[in-house]
Amino acid sequence: MTLRDTLALAWGSLAHQPRRTLLIALAMSIGVGAVVVLTALGEGARRYVLEQFASLGTNLLIVLPGRAETSGMAPGVLTGQTTRALTLADADAVMRLRGVARAAPLNVGVARVSRGGLSREVVLLGSTADMLEIRHMRLGQGRYLPPGPSNQATPVCVLGERIRAELFGAGNALGEWVRIGDRRFRVVGILASQGQQMGFNTDETVAIPVAAAQQLFNTESLFRILVEARGRAAVPEVRASVLELLKTRHEGEADVTVITQDAVLATFDRILTALTLAVAGIAAISLGVAGVLIMNVMLVSVAQRRSEIGLLKALGAPAASVRRLFLAEAGLISLLGAAGGLILGLAASFALGRIYPALPIIPPLWAVAAAVATALVAGMLFAWLPARRAAKLDAALALARR
Amino acid sequence: MIELDRLSRTFQVGDQHVHALREVSLSIAAGEFVSIMGPSGSGKSTLLNLLGLLDRPDSGTYRLDGADVTDLGDAETARVRREKIGFVFQFFHLVPRLTAAGNVALPMLLAGVAPAERKARVAQLLADVGLSERADHLPSQLSGGQLQRVAIARAMSMSPALLLADEPTGNLDRATGREVLALLEDLNQRGMTLIVVTHDQEIGARAGRRIVMEDGRVVEDGA
Ligand SMILES: Nc1ncnc2c1ncn2[C@@H]1O[C@H](COP(=O)(O)OP(=O)(O)O)[C@@H](O)[C@H]1O
Ligand SMILES: [Mg+2]
Repeated sequence: MTLRDTLALAWGSLAHQPRRTLLIALAMSIGVGAVVVLTALGEGARRYVLEQFASLGTNLLIVLPGRAETSGMAPGVLTGQTTRALTLADADAVMRLRGVARAAPLNVGVARVSRGGLSREVVLLGSTADMLEIRHMRLGQGRYLPPGPSNQATPVCVLGERIRAELFGAGNALGEWVRIGDRRFRVVGILASQGQQMGFNTDETVAIPVAAAQQLFNTESLFRILVEARGRAAVPEVRASVLELLKTRHEGEADVTVITQDAVLATFDRILTALTLAVAGIAAISLGVAGVLIMNVMLVSVAQRRSEIGLLKALGAPAASVRRLFLAEAGLISLLGAAGGLILGLAASFALGRIYPALPIIPPLWAVAAAVATALVAGMLFAWLPARRAAKLDAALALARR
Repeated sequence: MIELDRLSRTFQVGDQHVHALREVSLSIAAGEFVSIMGPSGSGKSTLLNLLGLLDRPDSGTYRLDGADVTDLGDAETARVRREKIGFVFQFFHLVPRLTAAGNVALPMLLAGVAPAERKARVAQLLADVGLSERADHLPSQLSGGQLQRVAIARAMSMSPALLLADEPTGNLDRATGREVLALLEDLNQRGMTLIVVTHDQEIGARAGRRIVMEDGRVVEDGA
């Protein structure tokens, strides 16, 4: 019997019992659909997080004072005065290292900004001109912090869009003066509105030269040094040379920590991929359930069609053809179910994407392929027993009974 | 054409052995019309099933066209059934979801005959049994006599040398039964070996050779 005739005959018997066929296919569809939607969600979450990190720059290294005892933990809690502070001179030295594209010192604090009768608390960033590029920020108007030696406390500032709006409203801000703490700064630039970036809203910050910030906060030390390597490949080398340089500068004591964006990224990637796989696995269980359903229904079908099977054998069908016929039925149902499941899953993913526009909810190709393959394999596997039973049927006995 | 040498078949029912056939030896030449009669349970169907390779004997040998077919494997027996043997049953055994034409085409489908050739032969076969206009009817839309004629057309679709019929008129009224028998006799006249199990004395009498069975044995064999 040719494959085409086998499929046609199998299809005929499925079409003869449309309700039964559709019900099993539906069970299969739900399984496939679940795998597609859940992996789409998992993958969406993964991509969302990766994109957030990527927006910070994957070539980024962050140098912070203090030594992290366990790798991977954010050692922010260790930034007391117990260890040697990072200094502006350290930052300048780092900038001259091979493989470093840019480096910017960073001081962060909270300060009151006022203009006329208006005032509010802001997150004040003290840094240098390179900060704009390193953090991938965009300027709305004017310039960013002026280039030049980092120890120059020029009284200029760059406002976040929200701060500008609150202090100046519809009026002009560029070139105007604002008061930060007890000093006056001239507004030289406004950041373009970018919203939230890894929980840090640049719209609500004000940037001033790092030297000015140190005077304002009355400190010699830095909060961080942000370093951008010349490429992703250069990151490990830069990390090593930064550590070595600062060790020499700190009298042989390795008392700084360098976090690379890559390491954090890889960890998140691993966790989220594992999560997606786990969720897909759980969803795949429903495919197993659909498989059991197929087996059950096929066993009943074999019992009901005993005389038809006996007849096929009498007409010259070998056991193998009978087996293939039943496997073809299971395969066609599974295919139907897989197709339905894909439609279901893609539609649900699309709907979810509409509800959560921030998440890039696209089912990964591997998951779609795996769901369809699992459906087909589960269908055929669970149909094996009924198909074998049909193939082994005693033709004489099957034909003797009406 | 057929040579049976001490063929026995025993069924186990519970802890009892039922001897359905006891050392039956028979020889049937090509082109014969043989009727097999006898009381219910005498082993007629068992013998026919063995002849049709739907069942295997416990002992004895069966030679068909000179070849020993007693112990062929599944694929081989299927091939012999497909190419040499046609079946007609008391309960017709048509596939209910297939049309008359679909049922007739079934053996050719199993044999892998190409669709175009299949179609032409189905038309011819249905014409031979006088059912050309019923080609697209489902079994549920046909009368008993028509169903058995479709079954005969199906049995003939691979042009077998041997036709086995187990009470082909058992479910038909007398008039339709005669029509069906006439059809079978016609096929026999054209050279096909015909073996019919029947309870009908009239059919038995028309066969060229009458075999009577009792309790698993052939007790009468003659013209
Ligand atoms: N599959 C079977 N299992 C058990 N006993 C069987 C089976 N087939 C036939 N028999 C027994 O074998 C004997 C002969 O049966 P059968 O050949 O069907 O007789 P007939 O066709 O002449 O009425 C009967 O006693 C029947 O009960
Ligand atoms: Mg019988």
